[in-house]
Amino acid sequence: MAPVAYRVTSRTRETEDTVTIGIVPVTESIPTPAAGQFCMLYAPRVGEVPISVSGVEASQSRLLHTIRAVGAVTKALCALDVGDVVGVRGPYGTAWGVEAAAGGDLLLVAGGIGLAPLRPVVHEVLRRRRRFRRVTLLVGARSPDEMVFRGEIASWQASARMEVRTTVDYATAAWKGDVGVVTTLIERLTIDPEVTVAMVCGPEVMMRFAAAGVMAQGVAPQRVLASLERTMQCGIRRCGHCQLGGLFICSEGPVLPWSRVAPLLARREL
Amino acid sequence: MKTIAELIAEQRFFRGLDRDSLDLIAGCGRNVHFAVGQRILTAGEPADAFYLLRSGRAALGFYVPERGTVVVDTLGGGDVLGWSWLFEPYRWQFDADALEPVSGVAFDARCLRDKCEADPRLGYLLTQGFARVMLGRLQSVRLRLLDVYGTGSGTR
Amino acid sequence: MPSRESDIATPRLVIDVAGLQSLIDSLRGDGYRVVGPTVRDGAIVLAEMSDVAELPRGWADDQRPGGYRLTRREDGAFFGHSVSAATWKHHLFPPEVVSWQARVDTEGIHVEAPAAPARYALLGLRACDLAAIAVQDRVLMQTAHPDRDYAARRERALLIAVNCAAPSGSCFCTSMGTGPRATAGHDLALTELVGDGEGPARSAQVPAGAERNDAGAGHRFLVEVGSERGAAAISALRASPPSASDLDAAAAVWSSAAARVDRSLDTAGLPGLLMRNLEHPRWDLVAERCLSCANCTLVCPTCFCVDLREAGGLDPRHAEQHRVWASCFSVDHSQLHGGSMRWSARARYRQWMTHKLATWHEQFGTSGCVGCGRCITWCPAGIDITEEAAAIRATDGLTGPPTRARG
Repeated sequence: MAPVAYRVTSRTRETEDTVTIGIVPVTESIPTPAAGQFCMLYAPRVGEVPISVSGVEASQSRLLHTIRAVGAVTKALCALDVGDVVGVRGPYGTAWGVEAAAGGDLLLVAGGIGLAPLRPVVHEVLRRRRRFRRVTLLVGARSPDEMVFRGEIASWQASARMEVRTTVDYATAAWKGDVGVVTTLIERLTIDPEVTVAMVCGPEVMMRFAAAGVMAQGVAPQRVLASLERTMQCGIRRCGHCQLGGLFICSEGPVLPWSRVAPLLARREL
Repeated sequence: MKTIAELIAEQRFFRGLDRDSLDLIAGCGRNVHFAVGQRILTAGEPADAFYLLRSGRAALGFYVPERGTVVVDTLGGGDVLGWSWLFEPYRWQFDADALEPVSGVAFDARCLRDKCEADPRLGYLLTQGFARVMLGRLQSVRLRLLDVYGTGSGTR
Repeated sequence: MPSRESDIATPRLVIDVAGLQSLIDSLRGDGYRVVGPTVRDGAIVLAEMSDVAELPRGWADDQRPGGYRLTRREDGAFFGHSVSAATWKHHLFPPEVVSWQARVDTEGIHVEAPAAPARYALLGLRACDLAAIAVQDRVLMQTAHPDRDYAARRERALLIAVNCAAPSGSCFCTSMGTGPRATAGHDLALTELVGDGEGPARSAQVPAGAERNDAGAGHRFLVEVGSERGAAAISALRASPPSASDLDAAAAVWSSAAARVDRSLDTAGLPGLLMRNLEHPRWDLVAERCLSCANCTLVCPTCFCVDLREAGGLDPRHAEQHRVWASCFSVDHSQLHGGSMRWSARARYRQWMTHKLATWHEQFGTSGCVGCGRCITWCPAGIDITEEAAAIRATDGLTGPPTRARG
């Protein structure tokens, strides 16, 4: 499956190793991704890699992807300039299903770059804020410098349309947010378990603690959604790399209810 | 105007405690308020109280020469602040400052220690509550030690 | 399953060795590349062929856990061997293909039309091989995003099965319900009836000029037609209707082959058994023997894992992606930034076997194993998937450190 050409129209450095690129179709475009889905991004002549969609501007078919440079392909993607061509396939995978949380409370827990796939959820909620009751976003990062979308987080906080708490493992003198792991913020919340849907995304260990924290407040595991990460090369159930038990994370995931993944994640090296 | 006992009964730290115990503990408490930037505890000073934060945020830190105060934890509404009052030599190990206007209840350490001595059951309940808080903080620190956000190197 | 012996809907006819040669000739004339078994480097492999003389006539094979040896047979059978060492996957799902190529410039990614893949007539497929192709069809075609190259090869391919008469010591098709007789998926299914003293009774039907093969008196093939394409392929052949003795002889081949399969795998509740024994000490024991060499995944006719690799070359405007076989036995198969998800051989063997026998059902509604036994034969350590499954079944629920027999 060959990628479709998109052009880079914006490039924002989020942290030392993370960049957000905005891309628009050169001619042909892919279907509009739903919050939680990912695309296979192709750095010409380097390779492809799955990247969560971190923003959708449907009116302009403009997509945002936030990429952390950890390997050859992601480094090449992070090095793209405005005007450069990038290949896109997708969108693939399951979505958060923001609509399912309408009428109730929404708790978003993000760790590190895990905020990227949750960002479209925030946008969707803010667009139709009255459809939801309490909306809370907890953001954790290693340090203030490593927190993505800091400017936008500050504007969300300032708007007071949702409760936003940020925390870092290691603070600097200028840091005004919390210090400590993101999961400690959960126990300080008052959660209405019957109507709350929790969406967690971050490193797997962090998600395990976050899910445990949310469930300790009475939220059923079916109402806790997590976005999993596994090696993916195709995105379409064909390369075989992303299997976790019987799941192809690229298709049955990345967003899955905790009730489904907990027994699988509990097995080492599955 | 709520009584101290009513105020603390709402807090998760005291959740499940019977009325008599709450009254005993409340008898050692008084309402306190700290302005932004105000010092709550200072490392090395006598640990003569512990605090239950009802609202606002406080930072727990340590002064490191050349770096200034390094914040290691932040506490918010519902959290307890300070456990050095429980153990010899009853001196604070860390500094705590108000990051936001803080309202809470301060419990006199000697008063509580005396009541715990006289009523081991109360002492047990209180010690158990603090043990739970310490466990949570320890786990939080351990999770940070895992450095889950650490930069790995990938193949792609 | 209805008895095919009484299935009169399947057209049947008989050809002799010259008729087989004529079939090969006419397929080649129709633009097919005919691929069949042949002897090379001491093993029966698959190669493009044009003459029946290239078939492994008079050869048999002795296959057992960790062992493979060719032996002679006296009856001159062309297909008197078990499954080939290599799999037909090489032709329908090759080890490396170009998945797409494009010219990349500042105006976009200009994908070039893919070249049409070869048109193969695969001659000599066993029932287990057909079953494996049916499994790959499910994985690669009957999905939301079919593999274009596989679908093109598959659509163009003609599948000519030759019913197995000589199952090896590694075979367990009868346990998997896949053989030894071909009952589905073939365009043509042949049953080789080696000459048995009936004499050149059918010499009248041998076309002039076909005598060069000197096929031997009475050496013939019962041909069962499985598709219209198969019917078309033999429409021009000189053939005769099968006699009662032909049908009896064929039935004897089928039943004796089935009786000779002596390895078995108990599939009752197998997915559940394996998935509730993910911490069974048997995984530790097998990991001590497993070399993580990936031989089993290479010879497995259903393994489908691939890497997608950039292979653009030197031209700065040319990009292409290759689809290359991958194996779950390599550490980097599950590599995520930071490390591998399955760093131990134990986890990798467990992944392979549970996928094959358990989670495949959940994913594709079928077992991933067809009982061909290649993974058993070609494992340098002689690890036997049927023995591993039986060991877990015998000690269902066991956990803790492995205990070893001393001696």
